[in-house]
Amino acid sequence: MKKLLALTTALTAVGYAAAAEEVSVMSWGGAYATSQIEAYHKPFTAETGITVISIDADNPATPIKAQVEAGNVTVDVADVEYADAIRLCDEGMLETIDPAMLPAAPDGTPATEDFLPGALTDCAVASIVFSTVFAYDSSKFPEGPTTMADFFDLEKFPGKRGMRKGAKANLEMALMGDGVPAAEVYAMLETDEGIDRAFAKLDTIKADTIWWEAGAQPPQLLADGEVAMTTAYNGRIFAAAVAENKPFEVVWDGQVYEYDLFVIPKGAPNLEAAKKFVAFATDTQRLADQAKWISYGPGRKSSGALVGLYQDGKTEMGPHMPTSAENLTNALASSYEFWVDRDAELNERFNAWLAAN
Amino acid sequence: MMADIAATAGMMPGLTTADGRPLKTALAEAQAKARRRAFLLVAPLLLFIVFTFVLPIGQMLQRSVYHDGFSSAAPNLVAWFGANPRGTEPDEAAFAALAADLKQMKADKTAGAAGTRVNYTLSESRSLFTSSARGADKLEPPFKEALIALDDKWAAPAVWEAMRSAATPWTADFYVIATDFERADDGSLQKVPENQQIYLYLFGKTFVLSGVITFLCLLLAFPVAHLLATLPMRYSNLLMILVLLPFWTSLLVRTTSWIVLLQGQGVLNNVLVSLGILGDDGRLEMMYNQTGTIIVMTHILLPFMILPLYSVMRTIPPSYARAARSLGATSWTTFRRIYLPQTLPGIGAGALLVFILAVGYYITPALVGGASGQLISNMIDFHMDKSNWSLAAALSAMLLVGVLILYWLYDRLIGIDNLKLG
Repeated sequence: MKKLLALTTALTAVGYAAAAEEVSVMSWGGAYATSQIEAYHKPFTAETGITVISIDADNPATPIKAQVEAGNVTVDVADVEYADAIRLCDEGMLETIDPAMLPAAPDGTPATEDFLPGALTDCAVASIVFSTVFAYDSSKFPEGPTTMADFFDLEKFPGKRGMRKGAKANLEMALMGDGVPAAEVYAMLETDEGIDRAFAKLDTIKADTIWWEAGAQPPQLLADGEVAMTTAYNGRIFAAAVAENKPFEVVWDGQVYEYDLFVIPKGAPNLEAAKKFVAFATDTQRLADQAKWISYGPGRKSSGALVGLYQDGKTEMGPHMPTSAENLTNALASSYEFWVDRDAELNERFNAWLAAN
Repeated sequence: MMADIAATAGMMPGLTTADGRPLKTALAEAQAKARRRAFLLVAPLLLFIVFTFVLPIGQMLQRSVYHDGFSSAAPNLVAWFGANPRGTEPDEAAFAALAADLKQMKADKTAGAAGTRVNYTLSESRSLFTSSARGADKLEPPFKEALIALDDKWAAPAVWEAMRSAATPWTADFYVIATDFERADDGSLQKVPENQQIYLYLFGKTFVLSGVITFLCLLLAFPVAHLLATLPMRYSNLLMILVLLPFWTSLLVRTTSWIVLLQGQGVLNNVLVSLGILGDDGRLEMMYNQTGTIIVMTHILLPFMILPLYSVMRTIPPSYARAARSLGATSWTTFRRIYLPQTLPGIGAGALLVFILAVGYYITPALVGGASGQLISNMIDFHMDKSNWSLAAALSAMLLVGVLILYWLYDRLIGIDNLKLG
């Protein structure tokens, strides 16, 4: 009897431990988080039995830094932008990720060669390529805008504009809208004249701009008719246009694209599960699967060939990807070297500019 | 009274209690026991306040003057700065100290933290540290040439000035930034360029907007509170529920409902356009600007004005006003000379409450303020987000001091005893 009791207790304990194994993943919410839940979280739980808790934030880098500094980390994996991944890593706030733990491509190419250039850093693994583009309501402009310059042209295309409340991507777009070719944008932003020029261009639409903060806002602003066009993350516009049949069109000219990466904050409570999750979520098939749910390009070369149709079974994903050739004619790769360094200063100036009347 | 007895007892040493002890000690013991018991009763509250209020605020204030990100990572440079006064040209010894510190930073992974601290006062210095630390192992004497070859920014006096000011953990740098100043290359203070000045302007704007909101609240709340105080009970109860109803609704829900009502394609604009009062292209802009912030904050803070006013007005006997009228005062004179002065404690309490709440408000301006309706609290939030906690702390401390000064002024002008919160 005693033996039986001990056995059942032990079994319960094991059962409890197995059930209690979990990993919390912090991401950006909305259509993007949905794509991750469908493509990564659900299959991960099915295969390993580890529960995945999905947490939303406007920008996960902020709470991560606060948690690590306060010594109270509750998040195991976070999805952050490139400049933030580098900065947090430099400040010793992230676990290093050994590329050897990442699975190779199906044809045997090791992960270090399979990922796109720059997609692997000391502390981060890129999952997707996303892009900041501008989009408009085609029922308002049947002969829609086609270039970045049109976004800043209030005479030809009257109506309010929406932009992210922050310096990043806006300054680049302002210069491209002013006629600077994508390849010369960062060289120009390194100079004071270049920055003045970008702000001068933003000045021309400042009075007619509504500033958004969360990625879910711009499709809402467009749908409400509050803005005639707005900058947005391309996947959000895709989700609204295809899944909700909104008449939104994306203009790829002047797009600013960059990686989103998975990082593991130092002191993550479930470190082993977190590593397992990152390796699982960034394998070839999973990255290709995610493109079924949202139009962000996979970070692995081998995933490209597997990207097919949207989950509705009829929309071809290729033309909606930031990385497809026809969308890259005048595109800019966001420079993390530039933003890691100048983020604080330029955002301060942006705030001063915003507050001044 | 007790003290009197004790004093008398002290003068007459012969007095004892029934069990033979001196009366003085017996009394002191009894009083000490009562005091201890009283203290134990308030102890939980005291502990609560110390741990949830005094300590965090103290920590916040400390953060605004203390940052050891650079000084703890660069001991050799700190020593060099200590030995050489401001104005000394950095010599080979200085560069050797820098090279040694960079090597250590690489080993400890502290280059990012150190660079971030210097970057607060001099932008673009962050990557100077991280990139130089990456190449630090290959550095060989003479270090001056080697480091300048690695990155010519090391020759810039501004970098050395910024490192000098970061070399002491106790610093006024964050207050310098928070008042729109910066350090010139020689360490003297100068105003930042006009297109980057923001904090003082926002402080001013925050106080002015809070004043406007307080005044609007007073204008709207006064008649409502008067009605509440004078109506028969069954009507005033209903009115009171209407006043309190918004209180029971989430702040975010109330704010978003205002967005729905007031935005460009919102309910109010649609009604005005469909009635032909406004043209379709002449829609009022009441959201995502200063107007939106004022309207929504006035609504949200209104109950804080109504309730103190109501509690004061209820105690004013109507016979005073009737007496004034019967002595020949006009209704305006009666209001001005008799009624209004008696409501002053309520006005003072309501105004102070609304003003102080408005000065620190941030969710509402963040949601409806757009560009022109931002307050200083949004800037504090921004720096918390960008994890420049020290600057956020400095701004908060300045806000706290501003509010305390106003509180002191109020005490001098009106008197804090003359305050009735309910």
